Amino acid sequence: MLHNLFRATVFAASIMSVGGVYFAAPAYAEMVFNRGNSADPESLDPHKTSTVYEANILRDLFEGLVMQDADANLIPGAAEGWTVSDDGTVYTFKLRADGKWSDGTPVTADDFVYSFRRLLDPATGAEYASMLYVVKNGEDVNTGKMKPEELAVKAVDPTTFEVTLKAPTPYFLEMLTHQSTYPVNKASIEKLGNDWIKAGNLVSNGAFTLAEFIPNDHIKVVKSKTFHGAADVKLDVVNYFPTEDRSTAIKRFEAGEIDYNDDIPTEQMADLKAKFGDQLKIGPYLGTYYYAIKTDKAPWDNVELRNAVSMAIDRDFLAEKVWQNSMLPGYSMVPPGIEGYTSAMAKFADMSQIDREDEAKKILEKLGYGPDKPLKMEIRYNTSENHKNTAVAIQEQLKPLGIDVTMLNTDTKTHYGHLEQKGDFDVARAGWIADYKDPESFLGISRKASGNNYSDFDNADYEAAMDKAAAAGGKPEERMKDLEAAERILIDEVGQIPLLYYSYKNLVSSKVEGYSPNVMDVHPSRFISKTE
Amino acid sequence: MFVYVIRRFLTAIPTLFVIVTLAFFLIRVAPGGPFNQERGLSPEIKANLEAQFGLDKPLWHQYLNYLNNLLHGNFGPSYNLPDFTVGELFANGLPISIQLGASALTLALIIGGTLGIVAALHQNRAADYAVIATATAGSTIPTFVIAPIIQLVFALSWNLIPVGGWANGALLNKIGPVITLALPQIAIVARLMRGSMIESLRSNHIRTARAMGLSQWSVVIRHALRGAVLPIISYAGPAAAALLTGSIIVETIFAIPGVGRYFVDAALNRDYTLVMGTVVVIAIFTIVFNLIVDILYAVVDPRVRYD
Repeated sequence: MLHNLFRATVFAASIMSVGGVYFAAPAYAEMVFNRGNSADPESLDPHKTSTVYEANILRDLFEGLVMQDADANLIPGAAEGWTVSDDGTVYTFKLRADGKWSDGTPVTADDFVYSFRRLLDPATGAEYASMLYVVKNGEDVNTGKMKPEELAVKAVDPTTFEVTLKAPTPYFLEMLTHQSTYPVNKASIEKLGNDWIKAGNLVSNGAFTLAEFIPNDHIKVVKSKTFHGAADVKLDVVNYFPTEDRSTAIKRFEAGEIDYNDDIPTEQMADLKAKFGDQLKIGPYLGTYYYAIKTDKAPWDNVELRNAVSMAIDRDFLAEKVWQNSMLPGYSMVPPGIEGYTSAMAKFADMSQIDREDEAKKILEKLGYGPDKPLKMEIRYNTSENHKNTAVAIQEQLKPLGIDVTMLNTDTKTHYGHLEQKGDFDVARAGWIADYKDPESFLGISRKASGNNYSDFDNADYEAAMDKAAAAGGKPEERMKDLEAAERILIDEVGQIPLLYYSYKNLVSSKVEGYSPNVMDVHPSRFISKTE
Repeated sequence: MFVYVIRRFLTAIPTLFVIVTLAFFLIRVAPGGPFNQERGLSPEIKANLEAQFGLDKPLWHQYLNYLNNLLHGNFGPSYNLPDFTVGELFANGLPISIQLGASALTLALIIGGTLGIVAALHQNRAADYAVIATATAGSTIPTFVIAPIIQLVFALSWNLIPVGGWANGALLNKIGPVITLALPQIAIVARLMRGSMIESLRSNHIRTARAMGLSQWSVVIRHALRGAVLPIISYAGPAAAALLTGSIIVETIFAIPGVGRYFVDAALNRDYTLVMGTVVVIAIFTIVFNLIVDILYAVVDPRVRYD
């Protein structure tokens, strides 16, 4: 009664209040999916994005040459099929005849030529331009040494798009699932300039079109009438709500305001499991949480010492106690879950933690460290309660071995600014999430020339093994074996210290259908529906 | 008075200039930049990005550019949200923060003021103790504790209001954030009002008024309140500037798209133009509200004259 009275009063007041009236009364029963996304996208321009928060939305708005299904398997997208030349360098995509932009115009090979050039054009300032460095002349275009027109892509005819690669790249198709390779509409960009991306202007070719974007509030996308697969798309509206505050997200989910959230507050894991049961989905996700270790600086230039530190860290404790089982203990850089690939685990992975500690102690003694000469190590980490707790746990674990650990916490920009500018440190927290489902995504960051090689790992055998894998491009099985051999070197040489594998942590309402958990944590809305 | 207001506005210009200049160079001293992130960018790609935003030019050049744009009312693009200009972000968010802040302040002045008067009139009696105890509790419990409690009780247990979100400004969505913002302010206003009212009630002109046989209502509202309200005005000026420009805690917990979050997010993201935008906005609000306070002083207190 009190409840109704309150509602009635507030309703009456809301009718009277000026400028604050909101009626949500759809004319017919629309199927609306309210989707929590941990952060707002930086941009809806596919060429100006880099994170998974944008990927989640852009996957609904745009369609690349290839896409992912509900299980993150590769499926045809704007291209209905493709052929690869015998030497593995020329990809010819046949675009579907019924591919249309949301303004009704056809999606053509010219659109892809324009989009690939735009991603690499230095004037675009694309963060993920390197996704197309595998295309012949790609890197030279992006670094200003060549003109965008010199990029090796061409429209053979309106529905045939041809790409020539620098070298055989077996994961090229997987790379094309990344949002940075999606097509953009040339006509609207040329007409509207920077405003092309605004709601009301944005022309896209995906299953949904943009209706509203109010920063920090919501992004509303509605089913596209021109999408070739529109008949199979069940949702009418998808509202993306940025759920920065995970605790609020949980409460909004509980209240039925959102049907799905992509993350949870891990510290509440046990309670959430009890409260939500099957609606909480947790499983392996292609991501590695690791510590970079300065391999070119004494005393860390000693492989044995790096190995001793690595093996003394109790990863089970980190996963269970610090991360509440929202992470799994990690012993390799490439997490398990990539078909055809077996990760190279650290050799001590099979030993018990007690044996590992004994072994580590022996190594440290041999190297002359002990009570009289303690080993000093500083851990740098970026601000986060869990990163701090991880570092504190490691500090405690290494203390009995006579390793004197200190910690340095900085905000994220300072942290990565320091690492990227090759600043001095001992050990630093880092993480890597796969851009595409291939070991290369994880192994490439330890190559000498990579900007993400914070450890300054420089090993000729590793470089040779990675080059060999690249050369074996045309033979997938051989290539995977070569990559495994490369990872074996990286792990044995302790180029990085892998600690944990990430997990996806989704909250999915029991009303949601068509959701399928997968290692890429990819859930296109076009395969999702909702029961009332 | 008019001349005084004009003079105050003119002196605000150099003040703003100094604030903008200091902020511009201070944020650049912070290590890292807008394009440092978990995924490292190659030097070439970073250079492309910096060139796009003019960050490749010498600092003095960027500074002059910024001043020039600012004079034309252009705050520049946001580096971390490039789909929007800083002006657009504020045009979207500021009205929302102002609505919430103004509602909270109005509630605080009415409820806090009334509670303060009641406490003062019943000094050292039950009503007074009740108000003081509530006010002390209200001002010591932080908003990040109040907000989740409101969500748990009003939204999840009683299902009266939504947990969060703005829903294009629906009244029910405003209740949680407004109460959270108002509670500590109510407590502060009540305590201020109680103190100044007690003092005002003891003054000679009130004693005279009572001696002349004026009613209690007339003494309190017409005579005592005038003197008692001055400390409230001094407090309400800066408080309004802070409340109307949003609160990161309340906006984050209730998922409100105001501008409060930009004050912290922009600095952490090294979104230089957004940082500058927030600095300019808060500086203008502070200057304007200080001026309003001074004018109100003259209106309320006949002893204050600016001519």
